[in-house]
Amino acid sequence: MTNAKPDIDQANRTAIERMTAARPRLVEVAPAREAIADFPDHLLLHAGPPIEWPRMSGPLRGAVIGALLYEGRAKTEAEAVALVESGEVAFEPCHHRGAVGPMAGVISPSMQVYVLADETSGRRTFSNLNEGYGKVLRYGAFDPQVLAKLRWMNQTMAPALAAAIRSAGGLDLRALIAEALHMGDEGHNRNKAGSLLFLKALAPHLAGAPGAGEILEFLGANPLSVLNPVMAACKSMADAAHGVEGSTIVTTMARNGTDFGIRVSGLGDEWFTAPAAVPDGLYFPGFTNADANPDIGDSTITETAGIGAFAMAAAPAIVTFIGGRPEDARDATLEMYEITTAEHDHWTLPALGFRGTPVGIDLRKVVELQIPPRVNTGIAHKEAGVGQIGAGLVRPPLALFEQALVAFAERYGY
Amino acid sequence: MPPILRTSVRAGSYHDSVVLMRLQQSLASLPGILDAGVVMATPANREILEGSGLLGDGAEAAGPGDLLIVVRAESDDSAAEALAKVDSLLSLRASGSGESGYRPRSLDGALRALPKARWVQISVPGRYAAEVAHEALDRGRNVFLYSDNVTLADEIALKEKARARGLLVLGPDCGTAILGGAGLGFANRVRRGPVGIVAASGTGLQMVASRLHALGSGVSQGIGLGGRDLSVEVGGFSALQALDLLGRDPETKVIVLLAKPPAPAVTAKILAAARATDKPVVVNFLGKNPPLWRLGNLRFAVSLAEAADLAAAAVLEDPVGSGLPLRPSPPAPLPKGEGRTAEARPTGFFRGLFAGGTLAYEIQLGLQIAFDPIYSNAPIGTSRPLDDPARGSGPGHAILDLGADEFTVGRLHPMIDPDLRLRRLRAEAADPSVGLILLDLVLGDGSHADPAGVLGPEIERAILDAGNAGRRLEVAVLVVGTDDDPQGLSEQVATLRRAGARIATVVEDLVGLAWELLGPLTAAPAVLMPLDAVAAPLAVINVGVETFYDSLLSQGIAASPVDWRPPAGGDERLAGILRRMKARSTA
Repeated sequence: MTNAKPDIDQANRTAIERMTAARPRLVEVAPAREAIADFPDHLLLHAGPPIEWPRMSGPLRGAVIGALLYEGRAKTEAEAVALVESGEVAFEPCHHRGAVGPMAGVISPSMQVYVLADETSGRRTFSNLNEGYGKVLRYGAFDPQVLAKLRWMNQTMAPALAAAIRSAGGLDLRALIAEALHMGDEGHNRNKAGSLLFLKALAPHLAGAPGAGEILEFLGANPLSVLNPVMAACKSMADAAHGVEGSTIVTTMARNGTDFGIRVSGLGDEWFTAPAAVPDGLYFPGFTNADANPDIGDSTITETAGIGAFAMAAAPAIVTFIGGRPEDARDATLEMYEITTAEHDHWTLPALGFRGTPVGIDLRKVVELQIPPRVNTGIAHKEAGVGQIGAGLVRPPLALFEQALVAFAERYGY
Repeated sequence: MPPILRTSVRAGSYHDSVVLMRLQQSLASLPGILDAGVVMATPANREILEGSGLLGDGAEAAGPGDLLIVVRAESDDSAAEALAKVDSLLSLRASGSGESGYRPRSLDGALRALPKARWVQISVPGRYAAEVAHEALDRGRNVFLYSDNVTLADEIALKEKARARGLLVLGPDCGTAILGGAGLGFANRVRRGPVGIVAASGTGLQMVASRLHALGSGVSQGIGLGGRDLSVEVGGFSALQALDLLGRDPETKVIVLLAKPPAPAVTAKILAAARATDKPVVVNFLGKNPPLWRLGNLRFAVSLAEAADLAAAAVLEDPVGSGLPLRPSPPAPLPKGEGRTAEARPTGFFRGLFAGGTLAYEIQLGLQIAFDPIYSNAPIGTSRPLDDPARGSGPGHAILDLGADEFTVGRLHPMIDPDLRLRRLRAEAADPSVGLILLDLVLGDGSHADPAGVLGPEIERAILDAGNAGRRLEVAVLVVGTDDDPQGLSEQVATLRRAGARIATVVEDLVGLAWELLGPLTAAPAVLMPLDAVAAPLAVINVGVETFYDSLLSQGIAASPVDWRPPAGGDERLAGILRRMKARSTA
């Protein structure tokens, strides 16, 4: 409890300046146990706020099983489950280790991760490699095909990527995102342009690598290949804004498939959580919202940093999610200006006269106006391993922000 | 009959996946269709179709650049019908104007949409209104506050804040304003013109504005104040600012001031501000006007209609706006600037030594506009009685009727015998608390043969003695008579002028002189409100009642609505936290 009440507006300006000034570069690809400090063999990182096995949803459980099979700690699904239930596996949110992962977001010690370094602070953030669409670990799939693809990615593609990134002298992700926003991406659900820019930047440096053809084909076929570095870049920015005394800026939004959780710059490492909702969306053939898992993944870090649904005005091509008219895309972004503190210095929106994207979610505004942030998201099947079944819009429960506001008031004496 | 699977391939037809998902949803909802799949035929998407049992004959040929459409239907006919609709469904566009339909939820959101808005029109429930108004002021915007049930303390806090920032708060409970030609709240469509209106009465403003329009004149600015601005507690904050604004506004040639009769102290302040405008000001204190028809640049009207008529006439007869038509018989004017500054003015009380009882009455009633209290041996209106008028004039301003019985016992009336008045004049002039002596001089048959010849030397000496004592003493004389009178009006006046007296020939002018010399001064606001705050074209943000927003639009005024809702959804605890946070932020 502090006696002198902080100047919240000033604290928020400080937080936003730090967030938008961060300039994360993709500098290498390395195994998680080497890149991320203090990563013991029995630890698995996962998306969202902290959660233990009994409360984990289908896709997260599937990804945990898959990771244990991939690590060779279990040979069958049953063995993996038994291992977890014996207490031999520790779980921790990616967010606690400077990492983010889409969907289940499970990162095990030998999985390769993208490493981003912020030029300003030296802060390093991490994300795993993107597996593309279809049956993938991040949606809880763990059949032999899934594991084979993971091995290829980690053993063949990752070293080639690492070399290419070094050879390219690293990659400025903030600049890449800025360009992608002008090419119709919003950086969360639509990463087609960004993935092509990513491929374009690395292709010359990959061309000579062993298995280059396969690698280039894989990266080129995956419109999400840049999502993970983008998320790690956003994580770097959000973390730069975290820990400012007296700031009401939201610096984490993440879901684990059971709970939605947020953290606030001026409230330390405390998570505020509430049950995650099922997204409102459009479904792939053969699926309906009855099949959908509650919201999952760390990809909401994009909205936290001012893109994703907040930059919907940049991506009219995917406006079908929210009403179908290009003006609906603009209106979605206009709404997010209401609950944010600033317009981004580096990320601009042509459709709005090159205004900066809305950045810096202010807890106070969310509660006052009762407007929860918009989130564009993929939708996971509730059963492990089925994969992505749709995409849509979700909003975190208002209760999260209300809890956090009350905690802020108690902490700072309001 | 078992379900059948029908496949259609469109080669080289690219669509974003979300468009395809929407199409698939539409197909699946058609009659007789059990399920549908619409994808670009990439390997990953084929896998998805296969998983749902939707990969059938005809799909083999489709490549990644081809659109693959599959329906599972109850019959061939439903399948064919569904597939026939694909083109029209794909070409279906949501209809949109291309204009953003976004309705901001906060004042900040609206200000982003309409940054040039200088006014915020607020009609939210009273308990929330002050908070919204503070927000507007904090963002440098003027406030039209239609909401009522705003506390007196909130009103004063808002107006203090506004004044310190050169902003205006109209209201609470302000029904109407016409600013830069834009009607806010309830307002009539009136021609723009030379008349500025300041009104603590909404319908009064509407009445006068409409009447001006009917007379062929028009309104430069119509500034409503709300009903409480002229109360003793609020003290006319906004009225003072409005008068200052209209005084400086080059479009405004004449001003109309409408109000229910304010308390004396407020009246004095407001009229001082009206005087300071140097423009003709038509005043109507509804139902209770002073018994004067003019006072300096002020003209008192008995009704709303007369106020409008006088204002229209003032401008029509005097297009340059000198205000002369309002002063058909100007008193000997003070030299420009004299009497206006504190240094040049005498200080202290006035003392009136009158021979005429009725004149003493009328002068009291007139002076009561600007001076309170006034003592008298013949009190009228709000004047207070003197304890012992023969011995002294009491502790303040006083008007004595020296023709009253207590003074005339055993002596002639002062119109014939000046002796008593001369002695009293010497006594009052020697009183260091006196700055102005008011006298009457009634000529004609029966009166003293040369009253000015008697009074003149006394006046001259009184002024001189005061000057020698380091005081400034003024003497003003109301002269009643004609040039045909035995004493001769011109000669009498000339004698008095030579003695240093100021001359009036009607009570209005004597009150005017007293007011100029001793009346309250008005100070221009420390922070002047910029004129362009009311310049056309106005842009307005409307927070609250929707019809007010519609009214702005139908007048062709740039406006943005705020889709306002109670803070924190009406949750008192959360709203309280937010309020406390804001208080710290603006502290």
